[in-house]
Amino acid sequence: MNFDPRFSGRKFASVGTRPIRPDGVDKVTGRARYGADFNMAGQLVGRVLRSPHAHAKIRKIDISKAEKLAGVKAVITAKDLPDLTDGDAAMYDILDNCMARTKALYDGHAVAAVAAIDARTARQALKLIEVDYEILPHVTDVDEAMQHHAPLINDTIFTEGLEEKPVKPSNVTKRSQFGHGDVHQGFGHADFIVERSFKTEQTHQGYIEPHACVASVSSDGTADLWVCTQGHFVYRQHCAQLLGMEASKLRVTSSEIGGGFGGKTHVWAEPVALALSRKAGRPVKLVMTRDEVFRASGPTSATSIDVKIGARKDGTITAAEATLRYSAGPYAGSWAEIGAMTAFACYKLDNVKTVGYEVLVNRPKTAAYRAPSAPMAAFAVESAVDELAKELGMDPVDFRIKNAAQEGTRSSYGPVYGPIGIGPTLEAVKNHPHMKAPLKKNQGRGMACGFWFNFGGQTCTDLNIGMDGSVSLAVGTVDVGGSRASLSLVAAEELGIAYEHVKAIVADTSSLGYNDMTDGSRGTFSSSMATISAARNAIRILRERAAQMWDISVDDVVWEQGHAVAKGEKHGNLGRLSLKEIAAESGKTGGPIAGHSELVADGAGVSFATHICDIEVDPETGSTRVIRYTVVQDAGKAVHPTYVEGQYQGGAAQGIGWALNEEYIYGKDGRLQNAGFLDYRIPVCSDLPMIDTQILEIPNPNHPYGVRGVGETSIVPPLAAIANAVSNAAGVRMTHIPMSPPRILAAIEAERGG
Amino acid sequence: MAGIAVSTTINGDTIEYLCQPDETLLDVLRDRLGLTGAKEGCGTGDCGACSIILDNRLVCSCLVLGAEAEGRRIETVEGMAHGDQLHTLQQKFLEHAALQCGICTPGFLIAAKDLLAKNPDPTEEEIRFGLAGNLCRCTGYDKIVRAVQDAAIVMKGA
Ligand code: FES
Ligand code: FES
Repeated sequence: MNFDPRFSGRKFASVGTRPIRPDGVDKVTGRARYGADFNMAGQLVGRVLRSPHAHAKIRKIDISKAEKLAGVKAVITAKDLPDLTDGDAAMYDILDNCMARTKALYDGHAVAAVAAIDARTARQALKLIEVDYEILPHVTDVDEAMQHHAPLINDTIFTEGLEEKPVKPSNVTKRSQFGHGDVHQGFGHADFIVERSFKTEQTHQGYIEPHACVASVSSDGTADLWVCTQGHFVYRQHCAQLLGMEASKLRVTSSEIGGGFGGKTHVWAEPVALALSRKAGRPVKLVMTRDEVFRASGPTSATSIDVKIGARKDGTITAAEATLRYSAGPYAGSWAEIGAMTAFACYKLDNVKTVGYEVLVNRPKTAAYRAPSAPMAAFAVESAVDELAKELGMDPVDFRIKNAAQEGTRSSYGPVYGPIGIGPTLEAVKNHPHMKAPLKKNQGRGMACGFWFNFGGQTCTDLNIGMDGSVSLAVGTVDVGGSRASLSLVAAEELGIAYEHVKAIVADTSSLGYNDMTDGSRGTFSSSMATISAARNAIRILRERAAQMWDISVDDVVWEQGHAVAKGEKHGNLGRLSLKEIAAESGKTGGPIAGHSELVADGAGVSFATHICDIEVDPETGSTRVIRYTVVQDAGKAVHPTYVEGQYQGGAAQGIGWALNEEYIYGKDGRLQNAGFLDYRIPVCSDLPMIDTQILEIPNPNHPYGVRGVGETSIVPPLAAIANAVSNAAGVRMTHIPMSPPRILAAIEAERGG
Repeated sequence: MAGIAVSTTINGDTIEYLCQPDETLLDVLRDRLGLTGAKEGCGTGDCGACSIILDNRLVCSCLVLGAEAEGRRIETVEGMAHGDQLHTLQQKFLEHAALQCGICTPGFLIAAKDLLAKNPDPTEEEIRFGLAGNLCRCTGYDKIVRAVQDAAIVMKGA
């Protein structure tokens, strides 16, 4: 659907207002039902046994003692799941991650599961399962895993994307390259070149709600699954495919979701819960502990990145190059590829080259985390850009403005940009009072830019008009942060009725056509497009009904502000019919009135943000404090501005945690040492200042209102913005994230010593 | 294993239940009494999602045993509203959009209620430290702090 220029100057009635969300009261009264808040009659408790080893062959699993324990109703291992060894490799990997078939590939990898009458019995049963492991050498570090002598994680993986097909298997699953021009020549024209290597540690999405589901498989092969997920249609597809069921027989209902950030786009325990239920013949509830969430779900990639950027004295970048190594856990993904695509996306470059290597390690399978792969690449690139500006003696904002991509720029990853927001966010930052505020001793200011693609995808929406004129909107994109409010606003806008008369719900997989997940910042973008289209279909019917009521031609009826209006001289005395009046007569004019929409929401406009932050560093301890933080981001059109601000603030806060604190710490034994919120410390209220936001609106030409996704981009700039601020405060370039006190102190001391 | 009989007061009502000696109060509330407003984010006292008020003290119900509730007074999020009249904090959380996913919200509401009961006129810093035991991964806390500030003003005036 194209941007409708009529809307650019249009005064919206509903869109852009800030009403209370429709699911709000249930959420402040404790009534909203999340993954673990649902129960079924006769339900059993499921629990999963996990490998304590980073890498081990599973010789034998003896479940006989566990099965004999009173109260145990089912015990399963990979043997109880379909063997997909010769089937689809991607599906094999998903199932193998849910339950290890031949080898445990990371500390926390599931190897068996039980269903019992209560939690205590289930826990006891796990202790009775005997697993005979043959411990294998492991590797958890991304750089070490690339070495020739590194333990091999999967001997069927041969690096893809090399000129010659390799003869030996490798932990490197894929080499991906992007760019254009000739970087060698470009560096030849540079007066200044900055070259640096960076590292980022693995972090977890850290949603507060652990994964939870209730599965119920009946003996006739039909099944229900209640689950917290970002995509119940995808979960249905995957679970059905993995377990050899017909998708239509599996009804998946998405619960309220207590945070996902990408981590709830992958199935983990759901196929296991279904398999347990099938075997036990009873519903099974499976809820992960926090320890399991850290050890077996999420996290993002750890990375190691080299960047080289050259510029002329006048500040024009002549060439930019990066090599990016991303850990993937034990299964192939496309994490390095995405990093290599996003790295230089903010800039207009004649000569650019990025090469990504995706690397297998003995850590949990890498999962999407808000603009997955982009923050690390941005950290490396934006740190180098800052350093280069300094060498050139240029203001870092001016340097970026001079090189910023524009409409018509060929992006570093290929496509040519339409209207984009990188320039405007930089100009807004340049003029922001934050940039001029004085700094105190030991404080430093940093800024950085970020890019994210955004995604559209398959979307299906139903809009039903009740006989009282109220509207039920059923969408298939899970509401992760207020999208039911924004979609109700959109329906109200199109129909010309009040927001209060629209009630949006997330429908289950049997009530609506297929929807992709809520990922790629697509929730409001794609479902608003489908809602607009469904509303317009409903309006067509409303006009027909009004025409019938008036006994005139439908061509003479237009829809204006919630009313059918008869046009033309001859109908001068017909007046107007409200949506409510037409709906009241619907029983007599042809039955229920509804609008449906099925579409692929193409054209999710790319998104840019620029962040500013002030950090204070204690040079004696290396500890840091965020003093002030500002987010400037293009939203295309902010449908519900308060929730847009919320996305900006939330992404920034996650980025602050990533930059300063959060990291997976592995011991020499390959075991995760900080699988809990005490030792994996996410920012708390007293760690942060208010987070200022500025919403820019550069309409997306592919959406009727100009909407762009807003959920993810806000996590892209913080790592770099904070690193630049800390570097400025401490007087030494920080190259390793998180910048925990010991790392900062070591950098300061090295600088002093050197 | 024999259950322990417990008689306690929850949101003003006398409630009796049987629980196991190793069962947490959070499990009792959620699994035995159907009060699923308190959430389990960690089970180790680190996230505050399970916050309740026990005899005027803010506690993590995942760190209290069900058996310990004998003869005590428990307040949970389910008891905050009076009939269909939301508590000021609940109303302000809605108005400020202080929740995105909302899983942390019951814990924050209870913690904020406890905070304002003890300090009706807190500074921003006092709010931030007062709520530092509750994790929110979605909001960056900005709107939560503003909602509590706004509620404090309204509640003082009331
Ligand atoms: S569940 Fe009690 S503090 Fe996290
Ligand atoms: S709103 Fe999601 S954790 Fe706070």
